[in-house]
Amino acid sequence: MSGAGSGERTLELLIGPQHPASGHMRLVAEVDGDVVVRLRPDIGYVHRTVEKIAETKTYLQTIPLIERPPLADTANHNLGYVMAVERLLGVEAPPRAQWLRTLLAEMNRIHSHLYGLGIHGIMLGSSTAFMWAFGDREIMIEMAKRLTGARITYSYMIPGGVRRDLPPGFAEEMEKALRYLERRLPDYDRIFFSNPVTRARLEGVGVLTREDAIRLGVVGPNLRASGVAYDVRRARPYAAYPELDFQVVTRSEGDSMARMLVRVGEIRESIRMIRQILARMPDGPILAERYAKMIPPKWRDYVRETGRIKFPAILASLRPPKGAEAVSRVEAARGEAVFYLVSDGGPRPYRMRMVTPSLRNVVLFSHLTRGCRVADIPAIYGSLDYFPPEADR
Amino acid sequence: MASGSEVGEVAAPIEGALSGISSELSVRGEVVSIRVRPEDLREAAERLLRLGFDHVKAVTAIDRPGEGIIEVVYHASSYGNPGLTGIIAELRTSVPRDDPRVPTLTEIWPSALYQEREQWEMLGVIFEGHPELERLLLPEDFGGPPPLRKDFKIPTEGINA
Repeated sequence: MSGAGSGERTLELLIGPQHPASGHMRLVAEVDGDVVVRLRPDIGYVHRTVEKIAETKTYLQTIPLIERPPLADTANHNLGYVMAVERLLGVEAPPRAQWLRTLLAEMNRIHSHLYGLGIHGIMLGSSTAFMWAFGDREIMIEMAKRLTGARITYSYMIPGGVRRDLPPGFAEEMEKALRYLERRLPDYDRIFFSNPVTRARLEGVGVLTREDAIRLGVVGPNLRASGVAYDVRRARPYAAYPELDFQVVTRSEGDSMARMLVRVGEIRESIRMIRQILARMPDGPILAERYAKMIPPKWRDYVRETGRIKFPAILASLRPPKGAEAVSRVEAARGEAVFYLVSDGGPRPYRMRMVTPSLRNVVLFSHLTRGCRVADIPAIYGSLDYFPPEADR
Repeated sequence: MASGSEVGEVAAPIEGALSGISSELSVRGEVVSIRVRPEDLREAAERLLRLGFDHVKAVTAIDRPGEGIIEVVYHASSYGNPGLTGIIAELRTSVPRDDPRVPTLTEIWPSALYQEREQWEMLGVIFEGHPELERLLLPEDFGGPPPLRKDFKIPTEGINA
């Protein structure tokens, strides 16, 4: 602590970079007694130079790189990046691949929201919410493993399609998982969401008005909890979303409670969507014909029998046209993710811009904490589902 | 994915809003790309805001040493105007690589605050009038040239270093 604030009344309080949240960042708070006068987020502690490294990797090698920062929400970022690459190349994934992508994206949304709710719980001192959410997130991790072979970083979506088809019995197992989650949500409600302590800590705390949410370019549940019904899945539908029935969950209060409840509502909507996807999944190939026909003949039986793509060599040396540019946006779990790719005709991206939801939301730390109590800082932080590695990239 | 007619319809009002500003428009999917001179950047952004493009999604600088320029690109869209949410306005300009200065757009679009700061740090673009052009992601003692410039050499380690 030091007296470097705006006068002798105030103290500078350094919170972090080591603190019991998820990932590392520092908050520099100027406090007058228990009241926050000003707070500045100091980020970058988990910066990985993803955009620079992408310039040294092929388009395919960049996929695992993209997945590291948003951990817990890898599928949605994988999808956004691959959509941008496909626009550069002028290739489209076949319908079944689009539905499989949407399936994993919604599974990942449930996983990521449980992760965020658990972290929010522990920030408020509810170890139970943390333990339950982190336990229950395991269900979607296990189901993702059955579909993709990996628990977290799936690299499932590739230019032109997906790596694997649905394994046998997946729909039945998923139905059990969804029923379990539906049974669990009322338990969470009783012990955490509607808990008087939770409500006292969150209601009316960190209120974001609709006007400010728009002006500051906030994304995801944080935006929708302030009454803005913007969701990329509706505004610019992609993958299988045009064919799915779902609500864009919004609330009008704009406080920390509303942000949490929007995520809970979105878990219910994702459950509905996964049921629709598994009931109506179209048949057909999972890789665009342009690449599928380049799979060596000796591997084609293997691909047909196992539903697993054997990568044709072309994927290792994709070269989009010189001067081609592409922008993509997807509704990731924490909000809109934007990718902007520039090609110089070579096998590596000339420039790969990755704007994650947490980077867009970092502006809220100083905005929402002005005038709040020190004890409100973790309540607000948790309500933003801010993930430092996702912001730092 | 984007229907051409829908974007074509929105390109017309953008063209109208920018009348009097020297600009080149092109349409690429859901993106309406607008190239302006650096001195017209602020005015173009103000007019886009008045049209309903109320937030910035991405600020990107691109180093092009072969041409001696750095491009600065803003991707803006709308939350408040349902007719524009599906469209992205791509406002771009080029500045000399040895003196890359553009006016900040943070007063027009506060949503550009952190990303302009990041592009300053990573590519050395000076956003004149920005309230806090300070280190964001790099270590405080980072001494090298802006690392996303093409002439930045990535230090390697291991057997080939």
